[in-house]
Amino acid sequence: MNWQLVLDSLGPIALGAITGTIPLTLASFSLGLLIAIGMALMRISGIAWLSAVARGYISVIRGTPMLVQLFVIFYGMPQIGITLDPWPSAIIALSLNVGGYAAEIIRAAILSIPRGQWEAAAMVGMSRGQALWRIVLPQAARVSVPPLSNTFISLVKDTSLASVILVTELFRVAQRIAAPSGEFLTIYIVAAVVYWVICLVLAGGQDRLERRLDRYAV
Amino acid sequence: MPSEHTDAAADGLLLSARGLHKSFGENHVLRGVDLDIAPGTVHALIGPSGSGKTTVLRSLNGLETPDAGSLRIGDLAIDFARPPGRRERAALHRASAMVFQQHHLFPHLTVLGNVTIGPVRVQGRDRDEATADALALLDRVGLREKADAYPSSLSGGQQQRVGIVRALALAPSMLLFDEPTSSLDPELVGEVLAVMTELAADGWTMAVVTHELGFAREVADEVSFFDEGVVVERGAPAQLFGDPRHERTKRFLQRLQGPFGG
Ligand SMILES: Nc1ncnc2c1ncn2[C@@H]1O[C@H](COP(=O)(O)OP(=O)(O)O)[C@@H](O)[C@H]1O
Ligand SMILES: [Mg+2]
Repeated sequence: MNWQLVLDSLGPIALGAITGTIPLTLASFSLGLLIAIGMALMRISGIAWLSAVARGYISVIRGTPMLVQLFVIFYGMPQIGITLDPWPSAIIALSLNVGGYAAEIIRAAILSIPRGQWEAAAMVGMSRGQALWRIVLPQAARVSVPPLSNTFISLVKDTSLASVILVTELFRVAQRIAAPSGEFLTIYIVAAVVYWVICLVLAGGQDRLERRLDRYAV
Repeated sequence: MPSEHTDAAADGLLLSARGLHKSFGENHVLRGVDLDIAPGTVHALIGPSGSGKTTVLRSLNGLETPDAGSLRIGDLAIDFARPPGRRERAALHRASAMVFQQHHLFPHLTVLGNVTIGPVRVQGRDRDEATADALALLDRVGLREKADAYPSSLSGGQQQRVGIVRALALAPSMLLFDEPTSSLDPELVGEVLAVMTELAADGWTMAVVTHELGFAREVADEVSFFDEGVVVERGAPAQLFGDPRHERTKRFLQRLQGPFGG
């Protein structure tokens, strides 16, 4: 192991995490969550065509590799006149992906809330929308924290795929340092360790969040 | 106490239901139910499990829609020949408030949040005023110091008392109770019945589905005995319990009171 190289590469790789991986993750997760909530609501709307659209979307996203989705958006779309920069392409592909996976998590969470909660909300005078927003979604959020945390942690790792469409994130920085030096093993191990540390921190955060939400566990 | 728009109509009744029918698929659950409740009285609904008591109560609150029949509460009149619209259902929710068998408190809200969410978020009342009223009501049922607790930290009896306060805070014209004590441990039943007895004494109009025959005898002004989707017999408790006219009522009371019961 070349320790000097470890120290020299750690700075730029960590910087790649801070300016690439982390913002890419946060942006894609937030957008993806919005898509997921929309798709979950469409799925349970009871309106056949809305539900079918959402089912189709979820099926395509979950049934195709993310790498292929990225290529379609970044390399394919220009052929029909839609040319996007690497960053927007990556954010779109990653959030569509999160949307597909998280939609099923959120849908299951909403359906897990007992019918009595909807009824008590109606009894109190709430519309269905109010009941959803004030009563059901907050409880569904609690239920979906563990699975959504897993989606989030997977997303951190999946952002490395954006390196193939030239987004300057953690892994692309590592590739750029590794190529001229020839020290692939050292540099890629450094990159792996940085991913691992990020995920450890996130897993710790997940634990604390779940404990906090346990206050009102039924 | 009971809000003012409870003026009785010409017939002197606060609530009057006629010919309620309801089917769930093939299952004809309500087969023409009539119910009359005068303002300020307590009406007990008794009868075997599956006889349609809960379905009637839910219909009164707009949680269930009968297929036929009509209902009047205060000055709100609904004919179920035409399915009620959103507005009519909202008016039904507003006219009465329900205490559920399994309390159905909102677990993510504190006790105070459970009580004020309706008045503040639905009725648009001032938050400080609604909070003051909620605390006064909680005080009455001995739960003021639990205002900031979450429902999961309360005993079953306390949860059900919060359920009652949540209903009261909506300022309905009448209260509906669906077996409010039947999922409680026996030693917790008394505290809930005590609150209900006080509310009756305060003049609340109440419809109470119950298996607590002692409560029905002591507190109810009138009792309806349900069986297979109809009211088989109704009367004052002394008459219905002491001298039931129908064979089905007699058999039910004997079964419930058991070989050694009074
Ligand atoms: N939402 C529903 N869907 C289908 N069947 C129902 C529903 N609610 C009640 N029932 C049926 O209606 C009948 C009467 O139920 P219910 O009103 O709860 O009676 P009770 O409260 O007197 O025990 C039962 O056979 C029950 O299974
Ligand atoms: Mg019942």
